[in-house]
Amino acid sequence: MSFHWRWDFTWAILPRLMWATVNTLLASGIGYAIAMVLGLVFALLLRTGWKPLTLPLREAIEFIRSTPLVLQIFFVFYVGPQFGVRLSPWVSGMIAIGLHYSCYLSEVYRAGIESVPRGQWEAARALNLSTRDTYMRIVIPQALPTSVAGMGNYLVGIFKDTPMLSVIGVAELMQTANAIGSETYRFLEPYTLVGLIFLMLSLPTAGLMRLFETWVRRKLGM
Amino acid sequence: MSIWDFLLNFGPRLASGTLYTVAQFFLATIIAIACALLAGLGKLSGNWLIRGISVVYIEIFRGTSLLVQLYWIFFVLPFFGVTLPKFAAGFLSVGLNIGSYGAELVRGAIQQVPKGQWEAAYALSMSPAQRMRRIILPQAFVIMLPPWGNLLIELLKGTALVALISVTDLMFEAKQINGSTFLSVQAFGSALVIYYILARFMITPFMRWCERAMNRRLSRA
Repeated sequence: MSFHWRWDFTWAILPRLMWATVNTLLASGIGYAIAMVLGLVFALLLRTGWKPLTLPLREAIEFIRSTPLVLQIFFVFYVGPQFGVRLSPWVSGMIAIGLHYSCYLSEVYRAGIESVPRGQWEAARALNLSTRDTYMRIVIPQALPTSVAGMGNYLVGIFKDTPMLSVIGVAELMQTANAIGSETYRFLEPYTLVGLIFLMLSLPTAGLMRLFETWVRRKLGM
Repeated sequence: MSIWDFLLNFGPRLASGTLYTVAQFFLATIIAIACALLAGLGKLSGNWLIRGISVVYIEIFRGTSLLVQLYWIFFVLPFFGVTLPKFAAGFLSVGLNIGSYGAELVRGAIQQVPKGQWEAAYALSMSPAQRMRRIILPQAFVIMLPPWGNLLIELLKGTALVALISVTDLMFEAKQINGSTFLSVQAFGSALVIYYILARFMITPFMRWCERAMNRRLSRA
């Protein structure tokens, strides 16, 4: 076979891939929202310092972080029916991605909170601030710049991991490209277009996140 | 079926899958380290052509998904006359992908070596190649070892995707077993545990050992 790019075919499949892009973005957004909230819960639970809770939780986070996401997606999707719970591809995919990345984000939050010097905690205590005020007005604003960089990386990371959802049939970009490929026996255009779409979305996002990071730093006078 | 019966029945298949995963891991690691060094040094090069090629490689492989790269290398490269067997396509794409992340680590570590070291090497009239090989790289190596530990775990996780082009690795076997027995918890669960053991009790301790060994060597020298 030889290299032969067909433009008419490209234009014919482009609308379908564009719609799939919407699904990809939606999946990244929902997954990231779940990960941000769950990650914060994990980070705060780990800060309680109550050993019977923190030790298993730390180990569980380590487990999820060091095993493949694609396997976790399969696990969530196929384990339900074995116990009589049937989850749709979307739901199980979002659970798997959200859980996987919440473990990364909890580390990002933890690193951010730990980057705040001890003196700040002590000063807040000396000023008789409540725990809430200590976190909301002293610690979190200072932890933010450190965390924003890591959070940005994982936003792009989630976006790039959504193609794994195709293995359980979520109709995102990769799944759509596979479908086009098996309908038309042309793989060159769909796969190349998917790659280009990813490049065009992830490079600007990474750039924007860097700008946002410097903006946060300046805003907080750091 | 209890978990012991399950392991008795399917243990050999899981073991053969693990072997494939480990092979993919080692081959991909070699490619990743080579690409990372080449592109990392290339990005710092004075020659604009070399710098350009490195930047393009890094941005393309960091900007798209591993799965997209894997499918592209396996399904689309044949259109350009390059047909790779699935095993080679697997470790090649994982290695190229992780290498692009490694390149940034290499570049960052080289730039973190204190300026005085560069100047001292210059004052001793070392050639640029000598300076890089004997002064800068050993120190950069120590700086970048810890993040490489994380990256190698990402690489191990990445090798699970080669199952999608039918390389018979651990992930593939787990999927097959699940398909024929519907014992999802056991099939995927034991695969998850094996991946965890590989990452936590092999890669991480090995990297720690490397860090200690390198630190000892540098302080003695």
